[in-house]
Amino acid sequence: MGLLDRISTRKSDSEPAAFQPPVPDVDPLFSTKALRKFLGCLTSREGPVLIDLGPVVGSNVAYFGEQLGCKIFVTDVFADLDRHAREGRLDQFGDFLASKFTQESASVDGVLCWDFIDYLDKPTAQKLADQLTRVLRPDGALLGFFGTAPQGGDTYYNKFIVSDEGVNLRARAYPALRSRQSTLLNRDIIRLFSGLRVSDSFLLKNNQREILFRKPSA
Amino acid sequence: MEKDIVNIGKSVVIKGELNGSEDLTIEGHVEGTIQLRDHVLTIGPNGRIKAQVFAKMVIVLGEVNGNITATDKVDIRDNGSVEGDLIAPRIAIAEGAHFKGSIDMQRKGAPQAQAKPAAQPQAAAPPQASAPAGAPQTQQRVGV
Repeated sequence: MGLLDRISTRKSDSEPAAFQPPVPDVDPLFSTKALRKFLGCLTSREGPVLIDLGPVVGSNVAYFGEQLGCKIFVTDVFADLDRHAREGRLDQFGDFLASKFTQESASVDGVLCWDFIDYLDKPTAQKLADQLTRVLRPDGALLGFFGTAPQGGDTYYNKFIVSDEGVNLRARAYPALRSRQSTLLNRDIIRLFSGLRVSDSFLLKNNQREILFRKPSA
Repeated sequence: MEKDIVNIGKSVVIKGELNGSEDLTIEGHVEGTIQLRDHVLTIGPNGRIKAQVFAKMVIVLGEVNGNITATDKVDIRDNGSVEGDLIAPRIAIAEGAHFKGSIDMQRKGAPQAQAKPAAQPQAAAPPQASAPAGAPQTQQRVGV
């Protein structure tokens, strides 16, 4: 059992707090290894289809759409989560996610999951993981980020901005109504995506784990 | 030669098919289909569109609910909102804009884009500071 597996699960309250960006002036820039590999998976296909679970970022659209030729589905589930939190319907969010992805099975080449799983309880995360596994084609790739430490007092989401051709990412914090729900153990993450296999896993300097999953060939 | 800009004012509601062969700015409500094949369509800050849109270029400062197909560019400015699918060779989405849907930039039809060196993506697309196209103060006339 590795060090990361020993990190205990954490529950945190979901009260919205006054938003204080972690770094007010500059978006933290961090090096990413898994994203490059994810891009390699995408570009091995002609006209790859990509699902981005994050909020729309103009420069990412230009990069993935114009430079890499992806068809992009911008599916801002963070906004959906906030809406459910605001309306007091978080108990329905799992069912919402289960019906959210209308893409055909095995029709998507890549999924940018970012760190969304961290904001879900396990049953809801499982419903999302099942859907993402379903839509991913064989050999398709899914990139997820997973925290290793509890979030501070502020609740925020991160908007990830691809920089330097995928060598680096910028994380731009913005206010959220829900905090991270738990720090998942590696084995919990692997169980969530049991239909996929871990291709690469890295622990970044900012203590985030980035995990690249691939769907096994049929 | 001065170029007329047609402006649909914010009190105007249109339901049906809207075709044109000149640039158009919409500040009102339109439901149905909008076709300006070779011209620029601007959805002003007050514009509320529930329609399929076809134009050369579409600039969104208001709200669009529906699919947009542009032969040149779709430009969603700060505070602009689109829920629908975009098809265009060039798409710009400003920081602060809202978008939900799919994006297809049809790179196959644009060989030049493949030939040029890949531009380094910027941290964020800054909102364009220019005034909304097609909304001059001196040449407005209310159509419809």
